[in-house]
Amino acid sequence: MLRGLVKSWRGSAGPVHAVRGIDVTIARGETVALLGPNGAGKSTTIDIILGLARPDDGGVEVLGRTPAQAVAAGLVGAMLQTGQLIRNLSVRELVAMAASLYPRPMAVDEVLELVGLTDVAKQRTQKLSGGETQRVRFAVALIGDPELMILDEPTVAMDVEGRRAFWLAMRRLAAEGRTLLFATHYLEEADANSDRAILMAHGNVVADGPTTEIKGRVGTRTIRATLPAVAPAELAALPGVESADRHGDAIALVCSDSDLAIRALLAGHPQVRDIEIAGAGLEDAFLRLTGDSTDEPGIAG
Amino acid sequence: MKPLAYTRFELLRTFRERRLFIFAFGFPLILYYVIAAPNRNVHNLDGTGISLPLYYMTGLASFGTMMSMMSAGFRIAGERQAGWTRQLRITPLSTRSYLRAKVLTAYAMAAVSLGLLYIAGATLGVSLPAETWLKMTGLIAIGLIPFAALGIALGHLLTVDSTGPATGGIVSLLAIVSGTWFPVHGFLHTIGQYVPSYWLVQAAHISLHGSGWGTMGWLVVFGWTVVLAVVAAVAFVRDTGRA
Repeated sequence: MLRGLVKSWRGSAGPVHAVRGIDVTIARGETVALLGPNGAGKSTTIDIILGLARPDDGGVEVLGRTPAQAVAAGLVGAMLQTGQLIRNLSVRELVAMAASLYPRPMAVDEVLELVGLTDVAKQRTQKLSGGETQRVRFAVALIGDPELMILDEPTVAMDVEGRRAFWLAMRRLAAEGRTLLFATHYLEEADANSDRAILMAHGNVVADGPTTEIKGRVGTRTIRATLPAVAPAELAALPGVESADRHGDAIALVCSDSDLAIRALLAGHPQVRDIEIAGAGLEDAFLRLTGDSTDEPGIAG
Repeated sequence: MKPLAYTRFELLRTFRERRLFIFAFGFPLILYYVIAAPNRNVHNLDGTGISLPLYYMTGLASFGTMMSMMSAGFRIAGERQAGWTRQLRITPLSTRSYLRAKVLTAYAMAAVSLGLLYIAGATLGVSLPAETWLKMTGLIAIGLIPFAALGIALGHLLTVDSTGPATGGIVSLLAIVSGTWFPVHGFLHTIGQYVPSYWLVQAAHISLHGSGWGTMGWLVVFGWTVVLAVVAAVAFVRDTGRA
């Protein structure tokens, strides 16, 4: 879908390289998370896929067409990162207006039901809460019955319940064979709701693969325990331990081989207690992969 | 796809804005009554044989409709700030349908504004032959085309905060140069003939036994329509960034 994408802005301090060359192909029916810290180039990439920005170099193909053609054919629905609703229409009217723009829209009432807006269908848009506003924006993205849905940080203003309802709806959409691409900085959302994650940092893709594989790639486990009065340097020297950290009496050992490390730890320091061994979360993987990506742009798989 | 549905919802939400009624429609009416009501018996303004209520009805008709057309700019700037314009760009709504909705909404506002002023004029004794009402209204409608384009262009070029002063300033300046409030002579008159609002005033002055537009009038209005339509189209097409 994306080939050698490059986009720079003219900033006040010279050019800002928002996207530095991305090659990504997303197959139909995939649910993909686009992860990255602020300024990673996620929104710029989304703008390019939607035809809202033009790449300086490289090409984009959306469902076998140019972005503009895909949008004009009503194949794409999107929820942009920023956006309020226009005033003086009811929720139902606004969604109906959006429906009128598409060649094969879904039924308005069905969409309102799906995103949980039936109760506020008659409210004017300016009177909605932040979470309800997000749901209306989701409904607007969905109403055209798109093959590809792109959502830029969709759950930002939603409460816990709203989020759960949102992902439930998303799973149903994915099950219907739609392609879903969402940007998020909630790592657990990417972990729980996508088949695949694309990690971006500094305008590059630093990792791309199933979320389990990304976690596995980092290959570390962390041992946490309570162990007073042993210097971190001594712990870091244990076999299988990469680095050690201490916060009060609590220690955290990042291990390349946790089996080796735990045996050595118990042998050397029998007083150690409250032991936990955890696999790296996506968050750890994320930090490790994005932290030094300017020096190692070749990490990407 | 229902091409006119977007226009219908656009009209619906525009006319639901109560503040619009107070300021866009109420203000010219109040102005008119303040000026014309105390002088309703002046039937021979400065020896011209024209009644004062009629003269100011035509002045406010051109001013009010010009303002109505330009109000498209406020609405567009507001939608851009809300991010709605970008949302529309990722729907199949065509540029043509979008612009049609904006133009028709502006005309609907102008029509209400004009209708109210005609009624207000009638309450102060203005009476004209049906043919004159029609000719005047038709020529005003044509004279408003460049302002539809100007409103759209400003809406896509300026921010919410700057559309107000910009529109107010431009309309006030054009109104004076064009002889909306009082006849202009000499240098101002020479300049005035090259701005489209001058011909809008001339259109309204059909009711004052004016001659409407000669070749010059049609050329100026047509020329500005082309120039401003291009500016509006370019402004719309380039305006894809995050506000």
